[in-house]
Amino acid sequence: MAEDVRMETKDLSVYYGKHPGVRGVSLPVHDREITALIGPSGCGKTTFLRALNRMHDLNPIVRVEGQVLLDGEDIYDPGVDPVLIRRRVGMVFQRPTPFPTMNIFENVVAGLRLAGVKDRKQLQQAAERALKMAALWDEVKDRLHQPAVGLSGGQQQRLSIARALAVEPEVLLMDEPTSALDPVSTQAIEDLLTRLKENVTIVIVTHNMQQAARVSDRTAFFLDGELIEFGRTEQVFTNPKDPRTEAYITGRFG
Amino acid sequence: MNLRRRYLRDRLMQLLVYLGTLVVLIPLFFILYYVFVQGIGALNWEFFTRPPAPPGEEGGGMLPAIVGSLIVDTLALFIAAVFGIAAGILLAEYPDHPLNPVLRLVSDVMAGLPAILMGLVAFVLVVQPMGHFSGLSGSVALALIMVPIIVRTTEGVLKLIPWEITEAGLALGLPRWRVILSLVLPAARGGIVTGLMLALARGAGEAAPLIFTAFGNPFLTFNPLEPMDTLPLKLYVYAISPYEDWHRQAWGAALLLAAAIMVTNYLARRAMRS
Repeated sequence: MAEDVRMETKDLSVYYGKHPGVRGVSLPVHDREITALIGPSGCGKTTFLRALNRMHDLNPIVRVEGQVLLDGEDIYDPGVDPVLIRRRVGMVFQRPTPFPTMNIFENVVAGLRLAGVKDRKQLQQAAERALKMAALWDEVKDRLHQPAVGLSGGQQQRLSIARALAVEPEVLLMDEPTSALDPVSTQAIEDLLTRLKENVTIVIVTHNMQQAARVSDRTAFFLDGELIEFGRTEQVFTNPKDPRTEAYITGRFG
Repeated sequence: MNLRRRYLRDRLMQLLVYLGTLVVLIPLFFILYYVFVQGIGALNWEFFTRPPAPPGEEGGGMLPAIVGSLIVDTLALFIAAVFGIAAGILLAEYPDHPLNPVLRLVSDVMAGLPAILMGLVAFVLVVQPMGHFSGLSGSVALALIMVPIIVRTTEGVLKLIPWEITEAGLALGLPRWRVILSLVLPAARGGIVTGLMLALARGAGEAAPLIFTAFGNPFLTFNPLEPMDTLPLKLYVYAISPYEDWHRQAWGAALLLAAAIMVTNYLARRAMRS
């Protein structure tokens, strides 16, 4: 395995009952880069993403085959605790999910506090750091103790990102994090991604090809559950090797 | 022409609906009115502060029954809440758990059983091993009545909490039990409290399951290991007695009970809205 590969799937398949949502995908995720997963609706990119931190575990009809290596270790090995995996590989969802009974501060540090961190000072520092990374600090620093559901959609999504960052994951999975947001909030989150990759490895699913082209270092194109093409973003968008990739990125389908 | 007939039919149906509503409401208001008129005269200072007078004598009050009701019902709610909420969590959050079909069956059957049978169960479970009647055994009987209500409401509200909350919690690297305890349950708090209050209102009105468990006690006691009186029990005993003054007091107990249960129901509805 190459030195800079953080995660890697080997012949990964995910089945919903008998139907394969992802078929035999082998894909490396490079350290401190942004990897974009693109493809039309239903192509399996979200299903693939959720396999990377074992979010399928709770759905009994989903079966995962093949390997997902994190620093060379298969996260689906029988002895591996999914809770520890998710601690290292965090996730941000399509829709913002502030915890409704908590205020802004409690939301950001929820992952730490509920895991047993009690030191007030440590929590405050973690909250400030995470909110600054998520470019939300200036907007909320004077109302940390107000309900999180009072924030706008874009702010709630950055709050969700801050919350994911507060537990200091090594890899951050993002499932269309800007699809429900207006252009200004989208811009804020894209700027944030580019800064984040200094510390965190990011895998992002997006429907928006301009977004993939703007922010990512490498791009993987999925179709019908299969990985069609993977390469440096520049190459995939300017000189795709597969005609299906070219058809998709030039807008001929999808 | 056709349109006018439709309007007419619409009016007619509306009238029938109003009429039906009225038919349901009249007996309810009549009962409340009658209980109020009959009972209000008995509610005086003595009623709330004195133990009962010896049979045949005038005066005396309901203090032991009021205190007993508070203790027996609170204890019952506590027991029922522990089991009911736990079962509700299992049914809602672990839908594929092998225990669930049995749990659901037992809960449904329990909900349909006559209340007096619960008294019998508590008699066998608590009274016989202890060797005497007690407020605690009454609480167990009432808890058995309350549990299915709590199971059903807890399961219902937990299923309304968006799955995204659970996923967001898991994605932070929190174990499942922690997510349920600290994220899902607090979000469902209002609905769960409503279920508890509805169960309390249901259990607090029962006399039959207490006849051979809490048994009744004319003396004031705060110890649930001794026999205890409760308002419905006292109401039953006084109502079938031959004494005019006891009948009066039974109406007073009925009014107090009705008022307490209506307040509980009202609070339950308010908790549901929040």
